[in-house]
Amino acid sequence: MKVTINGEETELSNGITVTALVESLGLTSKRVAVEINRDVLSRERWNETTVQDSDQIEIVQFVGGG
Amino acid sequence: MSDQYEIAGRSFTSRLIVGTGKYRDFEQTREAVEESGAEMVTVAVRRVNITDRDKENLLDTLDPARYTILPNTAGCYTAEDAVRTAKLAREAGVGNLVKLEVIGDEKTLMPDVPATLDAAAELVRDGFDVLPYVTDDPVACLRLQDMGCAAVMPLAAPIGSGLGIRNPYNIRIILEQSTVPVIVDAGVGTASDAARVMELGCAAVLMNTAIAGAEDPIRMARAMRLAIQAGRDAYCAGRIGMKLYATASSPITGLID
Repeated sequence: MKVTINGEETELSNGITVTALVESLGLTSKRVAVEINRDVLSRERWNETTVQDSDQIEIVQFVGGG
Repeated sequence: MSDQYEIAGRSFTSRLIVGTGKYRDFEQTREAVEESGAEMVTVAVRRVNITDRDKENLLDTLDPARYTILPNTAGCYTAEDAVRTAKLAREAGVGNLVKLEVIGDEKTLMPDVPATLDAAAELVRDGFDVLPYVTDDPVACLRLQDMGCAAVMPLAAPIGSGLGIRNPYNIRIILEQSTVPVIVDAGVGTASDAARVMELGCAAVLMNTAIAGAEDPIRMARAMRLAIQAGRDAYCAGRIGMKLYATASSPITGLID
C-alpha cells in the first residue's frame, strides 16, 4: 500500500502498526510525535493503530527555533 | 539573595529565555545556551527528515532534564495549525508548555491577534500552559490573561529586527494590569535593550536572533546574562527620579573661604 509520510509517497507493507513504522525508521528512542490524517496520536495508541492505504502521516521532532 | 519568578507553577531564577534557532551547529547552540545561564529554551516543531534521519537530535544536545523545553508554533498562520503544532509538541513528550505564535503577516511577522486569542482559548481548554507571543497591545494582553494564559509575551519590536523596545509606555501599561508574568519576546538587539526590559519590571526576556546572529554568539550570550541581571537589580533597587536641574553630590556646607 502507498502512504504519504512527511510529504513523500512511500510504499509500506499492509497491516503495519505505527509502533512498527516508527521502529523501522529508527525513531523509537527519539522524541517524535505522529499524526495520521490530522489526528495526533498519543504514544499509547501507536501499538493499536494500523496504518491504512493512502494515509497522510506526519512525523515531527524538535529543531532549533525561537 | 533569592529572586525567583514562576510560570505555571515552575520556578525560575534566570530571567533570560533563549531560542535555539540560527546557530552554526548544535555545539555552538549548547555553548551559547550554557553561557546565557538560561533555564528555559524554545524549540520549533518540524518534520523528521525520513531519508536522512541519522542526524543528531537537538534534545541530545539540550537535555530536557536540565532545561525546561518551550516548544513554539512558529511558522503557523492559522489558529488551527498552531493548535495542531502544539498538540504534536506535547505528544513528543516535553510537557504542557507552549509558546503560542500565530503569525499574521510574512513581512513583519506580527501576530494575528484574533487568531492568537482563538488558539489560546482552545489550548487553555485542552490543558496547555500557554505563553502567547502577542503585539504590545494592552487589551490583547488583558484578554489572554483573562482566558487563563500562564504569561503574556508582548513583542519589543518585530522578530529578528534588533530595534529594541519600540513602545515602552505600552509595556508599562501591560505590566501595571498584569497578574501573570510579562515576558518581552522578540525585537531585542543588544545588551542595553535587555537591561531596559528588566528596568521596566518585566519578569523575563525571550530572545534568539540577538544572540545567535551576533558575530560572537557566546560573548553576546554572556552580555545578555549580565545585562539582565544588572537590569533586574536596578529595577529592584529603585532608581532615582529624573530631574531637570543638578543636585550636588558633595556637602554644600563647610566649604573653605
